Amino acid sequence: MVPAQFAVAERRQETSDTWTLQLRCAGEGLAFAPGQFTMLSAFGAGEVPISISGDPAAGGPLVHTVRAVGLATTAICKAEPGAVLGVRGPFGRPWPVEELEGRDVLVVAGGIGLAPLRPAILALLARRERYGRLSLLYGGRSPEQLLYTEELERWTARGLEVSLTVDGAGPEWIGHVGVVGRLVQRARFQADTASALLCGPEVMMRFTALALQRAGLDGDRVYASMERNMQCGIGHCGHCQLGPTLICRDGPVYRWSELERWLAIREL
Amino acid sequence: MQTLEQLIAASPVFAGMAQEHLALIAGCAVNDHFPADAWLFREGEPADRFFLIRKGAVALQVQAPGRGALVIETLHAGEVAGWSWLFEPYRWQFDGRAASPTRVVSFDGSCLRGKCETDHELGYQLMRRFAASLLERLQATRLQLLDVYGHGRAD
Repeated sequence: MVPAQFAVAERRQETSDTWTLQLRCAGEGLAFAPGQFTMLSAFGAGEVPISISGDPAAGGPLVHTVRAVGLATTAICKAEPGAVLGVRGPFGRPWPVEELEGRDVLVVAGGIGLAPLRPAILALLARRERYGRLSLLYGGRSPEQLLYTEELERWTARGLEVSLTVDGAGPEWIGHVGVVGRLVQRARFQADTASALLCGPEVMMRFTALALQRAGLDGDRVYASMERNMQCGIGHCGHCQLGPTLICRDGPVYRWSELERWLAIREL
Repeated sequence: MQTLEQLIAASPVFAGMAQEHLALIAGCAVNDHFPADAWLFREGEPADRFFLIRKGAVALQVQAPGRGALVIETLHAGEVAGWSWLFEPYRWQFDGRAASPTRVVSFDGSCLRGKCETDHELGYQLMRRFAASLLERLQATRLQLLDVYGHGRAD
């Protein structure tokens, strides 16, 4: 439960309110699986769960992309190189990247939801030959709010079909305008065997899961990363309970078929 | 090379229509194409056509004072652009711009309205399909209005 001390090695602004930090500790780096998160703290401001967005195979610094939405995340985003942050983890059940071998994979991200999916995308591309068609359907509020825009081109060159959509744009935007779920009907995949990985606002994931189900993907082959009020990160405090599960321990990645019954209960 | 009737029958909107109805619809249709940035229709002008997109994309735009042109939706191959021909006063509510070189099947709205008045079964079948398309786009628009990416979970 005691956080390890990590120093900010590099800080890069992604959008108006989102920053990517590279963190280094004194000892060995943090081994993690795609989809896992850490409890990241700015001392004196607070601790928050943040998905790891680095390359799981690369070693090196711990990478987090953080959106400044409150006291702790704002303090983390403001941490300059040399500043020390607290890290606990990694925690949680990862994306089932190896189980997807041999299949088409749709990665569907909304807004900051691309950050938890980035390690999965990098893991898929590292063994590109083991998968069928790989597609990224990525939606954001506006073109300026899309993450990792330079990297998207490199992923395309490595065999990822990237489709971008935004909720609104000027006439200079050449991508799609509309909700990310509408990209599903234009994506190419083998519906009876393909799998999908979802991450984004819960409403976006619900409607995207419906679009995927209409396209022939049943809920057993759709995985989603959930977000709730995680505090301890190790399944002791109960703050992140969803139905009979604790998201920090049993999630954050679930099969949609496990999740949908709990998401239908308004009180949860 | 496909006939107009075949092109129309292969689109999701008109899928499953009876052959006789497809022939009637094709009688009001022509192939057309628009270079990138050409206007398919402009807000306020008479809406006497609608378009089945074969290739390319159409951006639906609105001109907002102080903000310039805003794209509110893009439509792609297999989708229909234009509903204003269906309802009075038959005026376009938005601008429609070819976002890239775009090939369409262009339908004469008054021709088709006339055939629907004569053949109510054709009208019913068309309305069913357009209503499904309208519902899908309405639901997507409601999601856009939620601005789901604008509000992060505060810590």
